[in-house]
Amino acid sequence: MSKILIIAEHDGRELNLSTAKVASCALELSAASTDIVVFGNACADVAEAAAGIEGISRVLLAERAENAAPLAAILAPQIARLADDYDYVLAPSTTFGKDVLPRAAALAGCGQISDIMAVLGARQFKRPIYAGNAIVTVEVPEGCKVFGTVRVASYKAAPGAATQAPIEAIELDVELPAHTRFIELQSGSGDRPDLQTARRVVSGGRGVGSAENFRIIFSLADKLGAAVGASRAAVDAGFVPNDMQVGQTGKIIAPELYIAFGISGAIQHLTGIKDAGTIVAVNKDPEAPIFEVADIGLVGDLFEVIPELDKALGG
Amino acid sequence: MQKILVCLKRVVDYNVRIRVKPDGSGVVTDGVKMSINPFDEIALEEALRIRERGDAEEVIVLSIGNSDWQQQLRTGLAMGADRAILVETPEPVQPLAAARVIRAIVEREQPELVILGKQAIDDDCNQTGQMLAALWDRPQATFASKVELQDGKARVTREVDAGLELIEVELPAVITTDLRLNEPRYVKLPDIMKAKKKPLERLPVAELGVDVEPACRESNFEAPAARSRGIMVSDVNELVAALRDRGLLD
Repeated sequence: MSKILIIAEHDGRELNLSTAKVASCALELSAASTDIVVFGNACADVAEAAAGIEGISRVLLAERAENAAPLAAILAPQIARLADDYDYVLAPSTTFGKDVLPRAAALAGCGQISDIMAVLGARQFKRPIYAGNAIVTVEVPEGCKVFGTVRVASYKAAPGAATQAPIEAIELDVELPAHTRFIELQSGSGDRPDLQTARRVVSGGRGVGSAENFRIIFSLADKLGAAVGASRAAVDAGFVPNDMQVGQTGKIIAPELYIAFGISGAIQHLTGIKDAGTIVAVNKDPEAPIFEVADIGLVGDLFEVIPELDKALGG
Repeated sequence: MQKILVCLKRVVDYNVRIRVKPDGSGVVTDGVKMSINPFDEIALEEALRIRERGDAEEVIVLSIGNSDWQQQLRTGLAMGADRAILVETPEPVQPLAAARVIRAIVEREQPELVILGKQAIDDDCNQTGQMLAALWDRPQATFASKVELQDGKARVTREVDAGLELIEVELPAVITTDLRLNEPRYVKLPDIMKAKKKPLERLPVAELGVDVEPACRESNFEAPAARSRGIMVSDVNELVAALRDRGLLD
């Protein structure tokens, strides 16, 4: 029977929800055991959270000063060492997982499957290519370990477990390079829900017109408890920071409710939202392509619709 | 520094509407416009700007594919690269194989910097740069939106999910580019003429002695499930009612 290792994603304080989504994908592989490894420094809370996910056999906690920032050059050799004991190594297909896992796979002499969206068999998966405009079946030959990143928009988070999995502190005797140094992280989005895992997302596009005008998007989002996203046009115009971009070249998301204001619906944006539960589009232009994929469409001026919506939702 | 190596992949042009072949054996590429992968174009632009600032002597472009790929290398030369290398393979290679080939060329050319796109817009793998950095045992700075070089180091701003991350790497290093790093220049006609005289070396992959077997088998290409068109509402009240009907409002 096979063994799975999941690389936890976290910010040093909280476990990222993407980890539980990878655990969901792991459940489909019917393995003998599934472990999560947490790399970090003084991050016992993160390990506790990981131990509370359904289907997890144990959590490995690899704490050392060098692991404080998630640098691929530091983590990959440790993952490659751990991989000796596993048949599968999985990570979320977030910027964290995309950065670190290919490096670990290459160190282990293996290829990698990116963006697993469905498990067809023990070694057979579906993944999107051409920005989701085609889906391909990929198969890893016998005798190779499976390294894979899991497309978080394709999986719901695994539920909480009835009992906590055991946590084991581990020390890996791996020499780490000194050629890469973390300096700082500038976060753009503040205290709002995380765009990639939020249940509701409100987005604005070029039609919002300015950074100033984006305030009404933020205020509606706060009323709905939603994260805020933006189209590439809005980001390129400098209305909002890049980490809010939804689409093929930004974040691919799957909230229950997605509301797009003043977004025309370029292919690359639609690629980022097509797994959303319900898409609502508000746009002045009745011919905007976003109406072709929207579940509910409203032709109108966002500067009139948003205040009315605010009122209808109760002040 | 002496040399920057830039890797260029030939892909279906980003404006082409992708169609899956009816027999599921792949996507239609016959008679379809092919271009340099847009992220790789950004990589080349960055290398050229570094050279034009006087921080590098030579920019080499590298591709791995069949003889058709010379077109994209010529475009790279017309943009301003000094010379080109085509490692000839009958089929495009997967990321691990590409990383092994690039590693072999790195051994020969000894560049201080290798710049690649963060992903190719055909297979969307986002792996090759990271794998090259692993095999080369050198730093990686992926998804770069700003690169500053100083004293044998690169300070790179990376576009990550949580915002912008700043890291510092010692050279030699691998950098992969994100969209906002720069806007690639347009190629002018005189440059296309000049590019015809620049050296383009063709090297059979067998001469490198690296394993280029695919790491996974691909089959059954299919079109994604389409989203069906929904309803149109005429005002905010109808919109709120429709959302309540679906249980989407508290």
